[in-house]
Amino acid sequence: MNVQERTADNGVNVEALLGAREALTEAPEAAAFKWRATSEWVSGTHSRATVDGFFGLGDEHKHQQTFQFDTDHPEVFAAEDNGATPVEFILVGLAGCLSAGIASVAQNRNIQLRSVRATLEAGMDLQGILGIDDAVRNGFDGIKVHYEIDADATQDEIAALVAQSQKRSAVFDVVTNPTDVTVTASKA
Amino acid sequence: MSNRAQRRPAGTVDVLVIGAGHCGLAMSHALSLRSIDHVVIERGEVANSWRTERWDSLRLLTPNWMSRLPGYRYDGDDPDGYMTGNEVIEFVAGYAVRNSAPVVTQTAVTRVVPAAGGYRVSTTGGDWLCRAVVLASGAFNVPVIPRLADGVPPGVLQLNAHQYRNAAQLHDGPVLVVGASASGLQLAQEIRHSGRPVTLAVGEHVRMPRVYRDRDVQWWMLASGLLDQRLEDTDDPLRARRVPSPQLVGTPERATLDLNALQAQGIEITGRLAGVRDGKALFSGSLRNVCSLADLKMNRMLDAFDEWADENGITTEVGPVARYAPTHVGPSPRLDCALGTEIKTIVWATGFKPDYSWLHVPVFDRRGNLEHDRGIVGAPGLYVLGLPYLRRRKSSFIHGAEDDVRELCSHLGDYLDLTARRQASGMFM
Repeated sequence: MNVQERTADNGVNVEALLGAREALTEAPEAAAFKWRATSEWVSGTHSRATVDGFFGLGDEHKHQQTFQFDTDHPEVFAAEDNGATPVEFILVGLAGCLSAGIASVAQNRNIQLRSVRATLEAGMDLQGILGIDDAVRNGFDGIKVHYEIDADATQDEIAALVAQSQKRSAVFDVVTNPTDVTVTASKA
Repeated sequence: MSNRAQRRPAGTVDVLVIGAGHCGLAMSHALSLRSIDHVVIERGEVANSWRTERWDSLRLLTPNWMSRLPGYRYDGDDPDGYMTGNEVIEFVAGYAVRNSAPVVTQTAVTRVVPAAGGYRVSTTGGDWLCRAVVLASGAFNVPVIPRLADGVPPGVLQLNAHQYRNAAQLHDGPVLVVGASASGLQLAQEIRHSGRPVTLAVGEHVRMPRVYRDRDVQWWMLASGLLDQRLEDTDDPLRARRVPSPQLVGTPERATLDLNALQAQGIEITGRLAGVRDGKALFSGSLRNVCSLADLKMNRMLDAFDEWADENGITTEVGPVARYAPTHVGPSPRLDCALGTEIKTIVWATGFKPDYSWLHVPVFDRRGNLEHDRGIVGAPGLYVLGLPYLRRRKSSFIHGAEDDVRELCSHLGDYLDLTARRQASGMFM
């Protein structure tokens, strides 16, 4: 047999992740994170969201920089298209989460990735949000994700990477399972 | 004087084994071979859980030729068949009789506490004092029901896998079976055969064919060494212990029981039951992925079997290499159904856990799980048997008791010798 010893480098620090897993098993309170965003309405359907910091490992954390995201709706919605639509951000989040998972799982399995390209499409029937038909839900009627991956791996190994990534993905969980949502309001 | 001080010991013994199932009796056999004084305390009759906690049609997942205990094995005329519940009871009870095992039946353990030089075991037949305790009370004592069951409307009949005996217990009309292990699939199939529409909620599961290349899949797992895999050789021991039972059923036809077979019988499959809200069951959108995970895992296992067969020159006595159709998932799996109207009965096949509520020894982790190193519990002279992947993949199977019992009995024997020497030399424990 001619098996070459491969040492993959996908830029993921797997030792740190496995170390964190061990540490957080011992100290579950440190595993409690809070993710945060703020949003400011600009005008019309245009809003600007800011992501700055989060809570975790028992402490407040700052991102390396403050990130801002404009959300709006396209001209066919009679809007100004100052940013991607909020539902497109769901796709952005899902792709980012799954791809991060793929890179991490590949690193852990010593599989070198060369390219990971995701194409996402979500179906939505506007009769829901427009209140035309109560039987139609507001949200997606389904999401399709296709990955095209160039890696030192067989087709089945690549399929297993993508499957394992879904199994451990936060955003995949958020979109596939019910989440309790509390929205409150106060007069400024 | 307190109540406990007034209770006289029912006896004093070196080792007290709790539970006269196959594990407890195998340990009793090993203790007898070492002439270690012991008693086996049984809350009901020998093989009690098989008498009281199994559905009518249940058969073993392993073929008869695999059914063996230390010094004892199946010797009937159907080596490839699968024992019914009654046959398992006969098999285990026959072992107890043959070994003249010192079993005290109809005696439930109510409390185990540390005592000088060992443990005090309170039972419905009095207190025992002993130097060591072996927990052989089973891994499947209490059905695990997800908390979301609290939200199920009162008109819906709910049964767990301990309560289910046969489909006649169920309301007429559609049934939701929750869980896709051996139990969930077997119950879904049986209930479907009763004429009721069945929906099966499917989370992570383990798929395998009943027969592969003309041999029982259990033969492959045993012969290739998979069943002997030790806990310390697994990537993730904690996860190994949580893997659900494989989708298998023991039938005379040796039929494969998988999600494709069930769908061909008219059973609808959905994602994992993820919530109950406003009288509706909500299913996860992860069905495709859990099926894909299981298909990929099955194929990796079959690849390993083929590789092992090639390496060992096993080609003529087995059938040709085969692969199976991926699990079929329709274009849009159902994401909810109305409880009470669309579903009249829910059967929970969502797993079991052991019951150690009577064990008052600080040996539990923060989640309340028994902490042990491959059966050696973190308190002197305390041992556990028969849990999934206790020491090996086969640990929870009948044939898996032999190796675990041999090793743990050896450890236990050394422990008794050591403590006896310490006492003789004036050291106190």
